[in-house]
Amino acid sequence: MATFTQIGSAVTVGAGGASSITFSSIPATYTDLVLKLSGRLATSGYDSSPWVIGRIFINGTQATSGRLLYGTGSATGSDGNASAMFVTDTDATASTFSSAELYLPNYLSSTNKSMSVDVVTENNGTAALAGLQAVLSTVTAAVTSITIEPSNASGINFAQYTTAYLYGVSNA
Amino acid sequence: MPNPTRIEVNCTTGEVLEIELTDAEVAELAYQAELAADAKAEEDRIAAEKATAKAALLDRLGITADEAALLLG
Repeated sequence: MATFTQIGSAVTVGAGGASSITFSSIPATYTDLVLKLSGRLATSGYDSSPWVIGRIFINGTQATSGRLLYGTGSATGSDGNASAMFVTDTDATASTFSSAELYLPNYLSSTNKSMSVDVVTENNGTAALAGLQAVLSTVTAAVTSITIEPSNASGINFAQYTTAYLYGVSNA
Repeated sequence: MPNPTRIEVNCTTGEVLEIELTDAEVAELAYQAELAADAKAEEDRIAAEKATAKAALLDRLGITADEAALLLG
C-alpha cells in the first residue's frame, strides 16, 4: 500500500517575509515527492496581474522547460513558460493565497526529472488563474533539494503566512 | 539595512533556518529582475502589434471578430 509522509518541517513564513523556500537534504527513502504551497507575495508583482510567475529549482538548477495550459477568467492559453508556480500578489484581494501542488515522481532516478504542477490563484475579482503545467528538469542526479522562488525579481518575497510542505510517497 | 532572508528546511534533521541573502545573491536577483522586465516589455510590444494588425484586418474586411471566428471555425 502506498504511503504519504511529510518530510522535514512545515514552513510558515514569518512577518519578515522570505525570498525563497528550500527543502534540502531530502532523504532517499521514498519513491515520489509532493510539494504543496499556499502562497502570497508581500508586494505587487511586475505588472497589474494579481499573480506572479514563480521559479522552481531542482538541486539548485532552475527547471526551464515545460508547457503550461491556463485560464484566467477572461482568456485561456498555452504557454511554453516553464518552472511556473504562480503566486498571488497584492494586486489580488487582501488575504487571498494561491494553492499549488508539484508532483515529482521517481526523484531518485538517474534520468531527467519530469514534474507536474497544478495551481490556482485566488481573487475576489475578474482575474484569477488556474493552470496545469508539465515541467522538465535536466537534473539527472537524485533530487536532494527543491527551491521555490516567488519571482525572479529583487524585493518580491513570499508574504507572512505563506506555507509549504514536502511529502514523500512510497509505493511499497 | 539587512538583506532579505530565505528559508531552508533540512529534511534530514527537520531544522528550519532563516538565512540572510548575500550581497551577491541580492545583486543576482536584481539582475534577473531586469531581464524579466525586458522580456515582459517585449511580450507586451508583440501582443500590442498583433492586436493592432488584427483590428486593421477586420476593419479592412468589414467584419467583426465574432464573424471572423465563425468563418474560421
